[in-house]
Amino acid sequence: MASMVEIEKELEEDFALFDDWEGKYDYLIGLGKDLPLIDDKYKTDEYIVRGCQSRVWLHAANNGDFVFYSADSDAIITKGLVALLVKVLNGQKAEEIAHADLSFIDRIGLKEHLSPNRSNGLVSMIKQMKLYALALTKH
Amino acid sequence: MVTTKEISTSLSASVDWKKVREDFPILKREVNGKPLVYLDNAASSQKPKQVIDAIVHYYSHYNANVHRGVHTLSQEGTHAFEASRLLVKEFINASKTEEVIFTKGTTGAINLLAYSWGRKYIQEGDEILISQLEHHSNIVPWQMLCEGKKATLKIVPINEKGELIWDKFLQLLSDKTKLISVAHISNALGPVNPVKNIIQEAHQRNILVHIDGAQAAPHQKIDVQDMDCDFYTFSGHKMCGPTGIGILYGKEKWLEEMPPFEGGGEMIKTVSFEKTIYNDLPFKFEAGTPHIEGAIVLGDAIKYLTGIGLENISKREHELLHLATKELNSLDGIRLIGTAAEKSSVLSFLVGDIHPFDMGTILDKMGVAVRTGHHCCQPLMAWFDIPGTVRASFSFYNNENDIDRLIEAVKKAIKMLS
Ligand SMILES: Cc1ncc(COP(=O)(O)O)c(C=O)c1O
Repeated sequence: MASMVEIEKELEEDFALFDDWEGKYDYLIGLGKDLPLIDDKYKTDEYIVRGCQSRVWLHAANNGDFVFYSADSDAIITKGLVALLVKVLNGQKAEEIAHADLSFIDRIGLKEHLSPNRSNGLVSMIKQMKLYALALTKH
Repeated sequence: MVTTKEISTSLSASVDWKKVREDFPILKREVNGKPLVYLDNAASSQKPKQVIDAIVHYYSHYNANVHRGVHTLSQEGTHAFEASRLLVKEFINASKTEEVIFTKGTTGAINLLAYSWGRKYIQEGDEILISQLEHHSNIVPWQMLCEGKKATLKIVPINEKGELIWDKFLQLLSDKTKLISVAHISNALGPVNPVKNIIQEAHQRNILVHIDGAQAAPHQKIDVQDMDCDFYTFSGHKMCGPTGIGILYGKEKWLEEMPPFEGGGEMIKTVSFEKTIYNDLPFKFEAGTPHIEGAIVLGDAIKYLTGIGLENISKREHELLHLATKELNSLDGIRLIGTAAEKSSVLSFLVGDIHPFDMGTILDKMGVAVRTGHHCCQPLMAWFDIPGTVRASFSFYNNENDIDRLIEAVKKAIKMLS
C-alpha cells in the first residue's frame, strides 16, 4: 500500500499535466468514475454529509486498523472530489487519516473547493472522513 | 408644459446604459482570468461609485452619533440620517416619515413585525397565510411565532409556472386568518405576485397584509399607498445600497399600536426604574445606535436609482430577461423553472440531469457568477422535486455581452458535464 504522501504526490503530478482548469476538471470528473460506490442500502439520510450543496453519501468500514470508504454523489464534480479523497485515504491507518494534512488539494489547483463557504462541501467531507476514522480508532 | 409622462418616455430613450455600467467599478475586475459577468443580482446588487463615494464621504465628513449631541457633527449626521428617511418615504410613496423604520434588512424587518405585531395580535387558533414561494426569511419568523402562540401557518399553493393559485388562496381565507405575508416577487423563480388583488381581498375580510419587497424594490416603482399594504419590507443591499440596512414600512395606525421590539437607547422618551415612556414613531422601533452610514447611504442609492428612473430600469431589465430567456431556450435540454406570465429579471433553470452545483462550478470558472442551490427556498424546491436550480438574475447594469457570456459558459458546462 502506497503511503498517503506518495499517492498525493502522484495526484499532484497527474494534475500538473494539465495547464488549464478544463483539463483539471475533466480529470477530476473522470476520477469520480473510479470511486468505490457506496452500497445502495447506505444511501440514506444517515449517511449524508451535511454542508454540501449536492448530496454526498459516505460510508466507512475498517479491517483492523485500516479504513475503507465508499461514497456517491448526485453531482459529478462533487463525486470527483470525494473520489480524490478516497484515493488518498482508502486503506490507510485510522490514526493517520485522523491527522491527515490534505493540503495537496490546494497544490493541484482545486483551492476554491476548500473555502469555508457553506456551499462547498469538500471541507465537510474531509471532516466526516476524519470523524469516521477517529471513531474507529476509539474501538 | 411638459407632462410627467412625456418626461419619462423621453428619459427612457436617452439612458446611456453603457455609461451607467461604467458607474460600477467591480464590473471591471476579473474572475478566474476572465472579465466578471455578475448575474447574482437577486442575492445582492453591485454598488455604483456614487454609493461607494458616499460611504467615504460620510466617514470623512460627518461621522458622529445621531439624535444625541448638540455639537455640529451630530446635528449634521442626524440631518443626513433623517433626510435619507425622507428619501425612502418618497421612494415608496409612504404618507409620512414616521412610517419608515430603519432595520438591518428584510429579515430584520420581518422579525420585528413577527415579534412586535405578532406577539400582540396573534392568539391561539389564529392563522397566518404565506405562500409556497417564500424565502426562508418570510417563513421562519412566522413559524416561530405560530409555535409560541399555538397558531397555524397556512400555505398558498402554486402552479407549475410558479404562480399562486388564486382559487386556493381565496379558499384559505377565513375568519381565523389574521395576516397574509407574501413576497411581491419571488427570489428563486421571479414571478410577480398579484399583491394588489391579494390586499383587496384581505382588507374586505379585515385581514392585514405584509409584502416582502426584497426583490421588488430594486426593480420597479413601489407605491405603498396605491398598493394599500399594511406593511412592506426590503433590503438596501439588493438595491445598490449598503448591507446591514433595510426598511420596515408600516401604516402609522398599526405601528402606533405595536409594542417596541427591542429596548435600549433612542427608543425611549424618559426612563426611570419604575417606568419607561417609549419614544414616538419611528424611533420607538430603532433602539440603540443605528447603522448611520448605511441609512444615509441608502439615500444615495435611492437617488442613484431614481436618477436613472425605476421605469427605465424595469424596461431595461425586461429586455435583458427576454433576450436571455430566448437564448437559453434555444439550448437542448433546458428546463426553465418558473415561467409565470408576469416575471421579474430572474431566470432559474436546469439542464438535462446536470446538477446545479456542477453547472455553477463550471460557470464560475468561466467568470460567470450565478447562484446555485435552493436560494433559501427549500419548501419551493421540494415542491418542484428538484435539488435546486441555477439562477441568473439580471440588473440594469448587465448587458447583451453578459448574456452571450452566460450562454457560452452554459454550453461549455453542458459539454463538460454530460
Ligand atoms: C424575497 C426575499 N425575502 C427576504 C430576503 C432576505 O433579505 P436579507 O437577507 O437582506 O434580510 C431575500 C434575500 O435574498 C429575498 O430575496
